[in-house]
Amino acid sequence: MAYAEHAETEALHEPRSFLTKYIWSQDHKVIAIQYALTALFVGLIALVLSGLMRLQIGFPGSIAFMDASAYYQAMTMHGMIMVIYLLTALFLGGFGNYLIPLMLGSRDMVFPYVNMLSYWFYLLSVLILLASFFVTGGPTGAGWTLYPPQSITQGSPGAQWGIVLMLVSLATFIVAATMGGLNYVTTVLQARTYGMTLLRMPLSVWGIFMASILALLAFPALFVSAVMMLFDTLLGTSFFMPAIISMGQPLDHQGGSPILFQHLFWFFGHPEVYIVALPAFGLVSDLISVHARKNIFGYRMMVWAIIAIGVLSFVVWAHHMYVSGMNPYFGFFFATTTLVIAVPTALKVYNWVLTLWQGDIHLTVPMLFALAFIVTFLVGGLTGLFLGNVIVDIPLSDTYFVVAHFHMVMGVAPVLVVFGAIYQWFPKITGRMMNDRLGKLHFWITFLGTYAIFFPMHYLGFLGMPRRYYAYENYEFIPQSAQELNAFISVVALTVGVSQLLFLINLFWSAFKGRPAGGNPWGAASLEWQTPNTPPVHGNWGAKLPVVHRWAYDYSVPGVAQDFVPQTVSDAELEQMKQGHAASNPTEPS
Amino acid sequence: MSRLLASHSNNLDPAGGWPAGPTGLDEAQTARVGLRVLLAVISSLFMLFLIAFILRSQVPDWRPLTEPMAPLAQPWALWLNTALLICASISLQWARVAARRGQAKATITAFSLGGGLAIAFLAGQLWVWQQFVAWGYFVASNPANSFFYLLTGLHGLHLLGGLVAWAITLGKLLRGAPLAQLSSKVELCAIYWHYLLGLWLLLFALLTSTPQTYEAIAAFCGLR
Repeated sequence: MAYAEHAETEALHEPRSFLTKYIWSQDHKVIAIQYALTALFVGLIALVLSGLMRLQIGFPGSIAFMDASAYYQAMTMHGMIMVIYLLTALFLGGFGNYLIPLMLGSRDMVFPYVNMLSYWFYLLSVLILLASFFVTGGPTGAGWTLYPPQSITQGSPGAQWGIVLMLVSLATFIVAATMGGLNYVTTVLQARTYGMTLLRMPLSVWGIFMASILALLAFPALFVSAVMMLFDTLLGTSFFMPAIISMGQPLDHQGGSPILFQHLFWFFGHPEVYIVALPAFGLVSDLISVHARKNIFGYRMMVWAIIAIGVLSFVVWAHHMYVSGMNPYFGFFFATTTLVIAVPTALKVYNWVLTLWQGDIHLTVPMLFALAFIVTFLVGGLTGLFLGNVIVDIPLSDTYFVVAHFHMVMGVAPVLVVFGAIYQWFPKITGRMMNDRLGKLHFWITFLGTYAIFFPMHYLGFLGMPRRYYAYENYEFIPQSAQELNAFISVVALTVGVSQLLFLINLFWSAFKGRPAGGNPWGAASLEWQTPNTPPVHGNWGAKLPVVHRWAYDYSVPGVAQDFVPQTVSDAELEQMKQGHAASNPTEPS
Repeated sequence: MSRLLASHSNNLDPAGGWPAGPTGLDEAQTARVGLRVLLAVISSLFMLFLIAFILRSQVPDWRPLTEPMAPLAQPWALWLNTALLICASISLQWARVAARRGQAKATITAFSLGGGLAIAFLAGQLWVWQQFVAWGYFVASNPANSFFYLLTGLHGLHLLGGLVAWAITLGKLLRGAPLAQLSSKVELCAIYWHYLLGLWLLLFALLTSTPQTYEAIAAFCGLR
């Protein structure tokens, strides 16, 4: 492949000063770490906000400043940060940046300068978002879906400046995500090393690749809605604003369509679910294969499932709008596509389970998180089948059942993968292992804790407890037992929230004091574990790029002593490995 | 996609070794792929705007800009701008061919001309905006106006972004950088200009269409 030949002859431009090496870096690994740390930082803010909300729900009135407005602001910022600024940024900007070039045997992303800009635009979007905490009226409290007209009508919290900053921040984020996505897609298409065919790529890369394509095509919908809403709120146009009387005064708007906004938002919003889920699917496939010491079951089926899910995710968006009063035939169509998307998704779950079947399962921390992901995703996915049906969704849509569903499937499940993947690749990133005991403690608290938080919410939903209320006292239809359950959930949520400190301590302590890991502590076959240096240096590989001879899943190959065969091993070398093994074990049939 | 996958899956040979792979991949090719991906993103962006446009045009408060006394009843200014943009595209195509043939002087002339005409197009668009304001057609007075400003503005911003790349390349050309290094950049600019011309023709056609056309499109898309 010409890319690899070219990359080998071209001189590397080593960054020389501290500033170009760690701050204005164009190295994909440094950018990945910048992305990841920024995302974890805003994620912590969102976690604190959820703690505040839980305190209010479990123990109403326990926080002095928590009135309805503050609650809605916390809710909005929690949702937006978690979905976009944490998960999307971490999976694509963090893991995508780190893993794509290393797993494909490239020197770097194809457009390093654009890659650097991508991070700085992301940071800018985060700063704009956080600035909204400090403006008059505070951040927007319109809910993370930002539905007009209420989001830009006086009386909603943050309708003055908070919403403007939110929309500008989103637009900036989309620019950043587009610059990143251009890089990820073009790198996958153009910068693979010798022998790295598309169907030899690890599933992590497949998941991130497809998610990047989704991001590139779906984020424009959010951009369109953000720009049009900015026009409505700043210039007084009527794209989304209908004729409306606010506080006794008719506003200057007429004829706009709030439903149009909902369509645009969810045309982005649903692919967004898979922008988060597909990288998680990919990463978890690799974790399971490595730690079960087995090849992934049905590799090609997994790739096609990723592609099918990606395509289908563009035709299911209106299942978020069943209660918007749409034509019943539309509802029927979208319910059908929603159920169809369960087929490739279920296929992936079966394949993970079949990969585990009779595997040599090592219950390492990354593996524990991967297994927990399968279970959690299954629970969240099953409730999705219920909610995908119009007739079930309409009564449940405004209850805690939905809160439970989307937190299980798109909150807890991807976050478990984030943790698992950090525990998995941390040794490559820093050259040191994370502490195993702390990791296991963190895992059990997080896994059992999130179940204790979100599983009971299904029951609250069935009881009819509405979501989006900031206080649940004095409603006759909410029994005392539900209040007690709420208090219980809050206690667990705060415990789980605080216990994430274990992870942070582990992360920073291990980065400096952890046990040295060596180049390939997990005995993994994929390319990133075969780098000449750990952590990989600028340019990733030595003078020559690695040559790939096989897929990334040759584990426990019969007749070979070592239970994994790296992607760089040629067939002649494999033959030697087999003969050497047969010579040392003459009794074993080779 | 499936053909692409199939052709690569054939390379999953158990005999090891590596496939020759497609030849001629280099930086220029990478940049072309990157540009194509970007154009896909921009297409998605404008397609969504156009769907919003069609949907919004079906609400009764829509006052078409093509009414007898409205600014687009006789859009001669827009025709003029369109001609400028077409000439810009032709110039850049000329520069692209000249660069490929290694004619440095012709490349610089045609390349500067292409950018200059694009700037003239932008100036012309601004003049149209000014006419709109002078006639009292402000951005918020009607959704048709809002969309006119929004779509022409966004198209102009994309052209402005292209002009940044154009200016950087022109600077290098004028400083006498070897043509072989820059011909791919010239080509990228040309592709982008052609794309923005095509996009403009689509926007122009849509913005100057009659409400009956919108109605027909909306009915065709099932939006009515």
